[in-house]
Amino acid sequence: MTTSTVARQRFRPSIVGLGVLRGRLEVRQFFRARDSMIFSFALPILLMVVFGAIFRQRIAPGVTFAQYFVSGMIAAAQLTNGFQTLAVQIPIERDRGVLKRLAGSPMPAAAYFVGKIMMVYVIGMIGTALALAIAVAFYHLHLPTSPARWLTLGWVTLLGITACTLCGIAFSSLPRDGKRAPAMVVPVALVLQFTSGVFFVYTQLPRWMQHVAALFPLKWTAQGMRSVFLPASFAANEPAGTWELGRVAVVLSAWVVIGLALCLLTFRWTAREDR
Amino acid sequence: MDDDNAVIIRGLARNYGAYRAVDNLHLTVPRGEVFALLGPNGAGKTTTVEILEGYRRRDGGEVEVLGRDPRDADPRWRSRIGIVLQSTGEFEELTVEEVVGHFARFYPNPDDPTKVIGQVGLAGKSRARAKTLSGGQRRRLDLALGIIGRPELLFLDEPTTGFDPQARREFWDLVRSLAAAGTTILLTTHYLDEAEALADRVGVIAEGRLIEVATPASLGGRNLARARVRWLDRDGPREQDTETPGAVVRALVDRFGGEVPELTVSRPTLEDVYLSMIHEDA
Repeated sequence: MTTSTVARQRFRPSIVGLGVLRGRLEVRQFFRARDSMIFSFALPILLMVVFGAIFRQRIAPGVTFAQYFVSGMIAAAQLTNGFQTLAVQIPIERDRGVLKRLAGSPMPAAAYFVGKIMMVYVIGMIGTALALAIAVAFYHLHLPTSPARWLTLGWVTLLGITACTLCGIAFSSLPRDGKRAPAMVVPVALVLQFTSGVFFVYTQLPRWMQHVAALFPLKWTAQGMRSVFLPASFAANEPAGTWELGRVAVVLSAWVVIGLALCLLTFRWTAREDR
Repeated sequence: MDDDNAVIIRGLARNYGAYRAVDNLHLTVPRGEVFALLGPNGAGKTTTVEILEGYRRRDGGEVEVLGRDPRDADPRWRSRIGIVLQSTGEFEELTVEEVVGHFARFYPNPDDPTKVIGQVGLAGKSRARAKTLSGGQRRRLDLALGIIGRPELLFLDEPTTGFDPQARREFWDLVRSLAAAGTTILLTTHYLDEAEALADRVGVIAEGRLIEVATPASLGGRNLARARVRWLDRDGPREQDTETPGAVVRALVDRFGGEVPELTVSRPTLEDVYLSMIHEDA
């Protein structure tokens, strides 16, 4: 028996090992596409500056709209990174034949997803850190002082990014091709930002809108972020009168499960096979 | 499990709505063979090959590729086949050596990326980003990805589209060296000279059916076909089909008392045979 046959018979590709390999390549590609990289980091910061300049009022004792908005913006940036980036990028990769080539190789499918999630985490961490730095420097946002709040920041980020990433991968199967992807994806992300308590104070929105937004993850990550960055007294202004962190965890976990199921059921490696 | 045959297809069928893209197709490709599928656009070549590669589903028939049904493709089976798709892959910001090196990591016993990049003629472009490559160079990168895992069976779907003549010759040499090393190769092509240069056997596919399988020299009874002698006579061009062209030419030389104007003796080319076959079928 030749060495090559032996190697092949023992062959069991590692999902984690190849996933990390994919993730490193994804991050490298992201940083090489300079123009889109700069815009994806700059957009949340630009929005912060614009909204911070327009709305200067206090919305509760000791809380400015800017502080409210910036907390939501950090959550929204995670949505943009995970959901919007992937739901647009994956159909383009499908058009370019990258996915078909990966599917024809012995790479396990899960390694591709692991690589995407890793990319989103790295970019999300950098983006969050940048946005936080600006918010602390210019908008009187205070970094959490208690370990409990840091812990909340950690798990809300982890669950929020995972849910958004998986939903982004799942959504990527909807557009027929890469050119149509932004037109389908951006409105979804934008409407969620308007209705989930990012650009406007959630409790001031019409009731029906609140009910719809509460079905999706962004409302809950934004609320989780406010619990980290706003004074404890502001909890009374939330819809339930508390931060509802337990419910935040439940809803985000549910979206992780739903997103994962959709990914596994609907992911397409090749363009539609209509001919 | 069949150790002698790389590909076995029995009664393969695939419909797209009411259109029968592949219709009761039978084919066996023994290990070590270079087999070329010839056929016009839309004949079912790519559908057939992509079913064998595990990309497309089928509506009927049995398929075995390296002893497995491609529907049950797993990484171990995938590590034994190599695929060069019909469309070109675009890797944008990554360099040639990054792409080839990356894919090499997916395989249990890959070839050396630097060596493979040299084999496909991209040595000078190792560090170039994929988006800066020309069409033909991108095709070579695809080829490198197809062979980096040292496949036992290599699929090449119209591999030389967009190549200049020199690049095609180099590609043919590479295919010959892979075949000499024992790789089974299943090739689809439009180019009859390519099939003639590379293939041990060719199959002509038209409207989803395999209408003939033969060696390139004997396709359509080409080796037995009568020769056609053409010349310019006093009353205009003349031609005569014959099994004894030598005798015909000698008679003409005698009659003209020397050189015969515009004399040619020809047998049907692979192209003539092929065109008449797909024409009859359509």
